[in-house]
Amino acid sequence: MDTRVQPPRVAAATGTRPKLSVRDLSFHYGSFCALRNITLDIPEHRVTAFIGPSGCGKSTLLRTFNRMFELYPDQRAEGQVLLDGEDILNSREDVSLIRARVGMVFQKPTPFPMSIYDNVAFGVRLFESLPRIEMDERVEWALKKAALWNEVKDKLTQSGSGLSGGQQQRLCIARGIAIKPEVLLLDEPCSALDPISTGKIEELIHELKTEYTVVIVTHNMQQAARASDYTAYMYLGDLIEFGPTNDVFMRPTQQATEDYITGRFG
Amino acid sequence: MSAPAARAGEVASSARSARLARAASRRRVNVIALTLSLAAMAFGIFWLVWILVETIRLGASGLSLSLFSEMTPPPLAETGGLANAIYGSLTMVAMATLIGTPIGVLAGVYLAEYGQKSRLGAVTRFINDILLAAPSIVIGLFIYSVVVTRMKSFSGWAGVLALALIVIPVVIRTTENMLALIPNSLREAAFALGTPKWRVIATITLKSARAGVVTGVLLAVARIAGETAPLLFTALSNQFWSSDLSRPMASLPVTIFKFALSPYENWQRLAWAGVFLITAGVLLLNILARWLARPPK
Repeated sequence: MDTRVQPPRVAAATGTRPKLSVRDLSFHYGSFCALRNITLDIPEHRVTAFIGPSGCGKSTLLRTFNRMFELYPDQRAEGQVLLDGEDILNSREDVSLIRARVGMVFQKPTPFPMSIYDNVAFGVRLFESLPRIEMDERVEWALKKAALWNEVKDKLTQSGSGLSGGQQQRLCIARGIAIKPEVLLLDEPCSALDPISTGKIEELIHELKTEYTVVIVTHNMQQAARASDYTAYMYLGDLIEFGPTNDVFMRPTQQATEDYITGRFG
Repeated sequence: MSAPAARAGEVASSARSARLARAASRRRVNVIALTLSLAAMAFGIFWLVWILVETIRLGASGLSLSLFSEMTPPPLAETGGLANAIYGSLTMVAMATLIGTPIGVLAGVYLAEYGQKSRLGAVTRFINDILLAAPSIVIGLFIYSVVVTRMKSFSGWAGVLALALIVIPVVIRTTENMLALIPNSLREAAFALGTPKWRVIATITLKSARAGVVTGVLLAVARIAGETAPLLFTALSNQFWSSDLSRPMASLPVTIFKFALSPYENWQRLAWAGVFLITAGVLLLNILARWLARPPK
């Protein structure tokens, strides 16, 4: 484990400051230890991908960044997750405010039981009371960002569940960015989508990083290679390797990473 | 070389004949099971259709405008209707639903969203199951002993309370079940936006489960519309028009009970008309419930 690439070095090397810093993070489901002493820095305005086989803890790690795990009483995290240097895990701040800064999009599209417009406006209304015109603008802005505006602009009052799977997922992304978070967490956002929709979302991720810090969990290594700037390879609750995506894919320092990436995983 | 091949062929053919025998016996079992279940269905439908036919045959003839405009008549009278009983039933059922629905929905929300694994939740669920299975006459006697004997009079309110006690467990159970069907991913998506829990429940999960919850309420209404036992000892009945819930109140089921057992022909006719009204009303409620719970297109 001494050979593990140390995240601060990475961040320093690229000159971007870390948006999220994970320090010595361990995670338990009941008595099962799902993450062991994870330490890494997620650079601002970059796309960071978590890859690894099922059960390696990549989604678990993602779910500590917005304290999603707290919904379930038998799950607990120890250590620190710093957002702009402030520990959000042990913060006394209302968790709603943290989640407004760290948005999340899930594996399966989850449109709310309301119109397309209201789906996007839902989160905004939680924190801001905008006049109608500004709300319209915000909804349009978010839907444009999510590359969905042209497809739905004539049916904003229709139910969100009437859209196709790919459109629903972009609607969820629009809903997530409408509240203007700083970080966007994507938990396997394309695993339920066809290749065309996947392509659209990957383009979208590329666009989003100019304004947001994006963290994506993916099973698909090509997707990590295509869409991310940094890649973390995890295995059985350990962070095996973390660095610029090119380095991790072309010149992995760990044999385990190389085995996984080349498909000789065992 | 050929011996193992022959043996492999033997194995394959014996496996094949075993499969054929198995398939034949499966077909036989299938025919038997299908016959039995069709017979059971025919048996059930036979009685149901008979009940409906009798109800329509004997009840529809008593339908007239005076049924809705005139009071329950004395024995052997020429005219008369069920206006006071219809009004009493509508009032008490509506009040019981108004009282029972919010309590039932809130308790169901607690069980599904807050107390899934808590001890209080488990105890509440258990008691609710008992209440759900309690014979309605027990509930009638309970209200009689705690309300009627203390107030020293039968009253519409006592009837409302007894009916509400029947509505509550039904609504609790359907609300909990419907909320439990809402996938957790939807809750997580709402929480991920920073939505407070009460708002997640009010605007996302309860809204998604709305059709099911409304269906549960309608089925509870259909159930209490025909309940006689809880009203016998509580609202009693009333020969005359009374819109005062603090006095004895007429209701369709109790009037039917009284009139059907009487030797007077005009009362018996009205009883059948009342039966027809209740059956048609419950049927309409069930259709409405099915329509509300239909899967979205």
